[in-house]
Amino acid sequence: MAFQILLNIGLALIWMLLRAEYTILEFIIGYIVGLGLLFVLRRFLHFDFYFRRIAAFIKLILLFFYKLILSNIDMIKIVLSPKMDIQPGIIAVPTKLRTDWEVTLLANLISLTPGTLTMNFSEDGRTLYVHSIHVPDKEKAIKEIHESFEKAIMEVTH
Amino acid sequence: MTEIVISILLLMGGGLSVLGSIGIVRLPDVYGRLHAATKSATLGVITIILGVFLYFLFYHGLFVGKLLLTIVFVFLTAPVAAFMIARSAYNVKVKMWDKSIQDDLAEAEKKLKSRSK
Repeated sequence: MAFQILLNIGLALIWMLLRAEYTILEFIIGYIVGLGLLFVLRRFLHFDFYFRRIAAFIKLILLFFYKLILSNIDMIKIVLSPKMDIQPGIIAVPTKLRTDWEVTLLANLISLTPGTLTMNFSEDGRTLYVHSIHVPDKEKAIKEIHESFEKAIMEVTH
Repeated sequence: MTEIVISILLLMGGGLSVLGSIGIVRLPDVYGRLHAATKSATLGVITIILGVFLYFLFYHGLFVGKLLLTIVFVFLTAPVAAFMIARSAYNVKVKMWDKSIQDDLAEAEKKLKSRSK
């Protein structure tokens, strides 16, 4: 991946030299052209196209914001309801993610999603303990964590 | 037009902060309060900073990168802080609300203890 970025920057520099205009704008245009070249040549150079990961990362950040807004709407509903009609509790959520880095990211994502807050890890770091504001929804919450967050994180790291 | 957008962002941020504070008062225990504190406060602060950023961009023609950095840091640190507070509260045995109906963590800890004996 690092080699590809270096190659991309090199291509952008060559573009700038060929155009004989040394500005940021020209560099960006060169970078985009280089990106296109790498995309076309990805099969012959025997590597995975690195921009796919960056696209996945941007998708992950957008998902983060989307969930944050949803969780706020959820929170407002609970705070402003006249009766506290909630049943909080701590639930265990197993995860398939392996490295510490991925699990940390998942824990942060969980904390900012509707009705859940990461509280603790198990010894081996494979199980997250999540405080849920309304436990009867837990099946839905666990399913959501597995299907949307884990998948989005895996797309970035694998 | 930009005036309206900036006003909406600022008002939304203020409103969310107020709602978060009401949540801190109303919810029953530490863990519930943390829910209110992290979620509303994070989005509230982010919208206010975004409003300020747009104001400087459109009215003074300044691109203030520091404000964008602030958003990134708030975004990264708020959930971590909530996690640390919840975890330490649990470790010093702050009681959960009476109506809490499930505690998988206590069961897991019990199992761990019985194994180590």
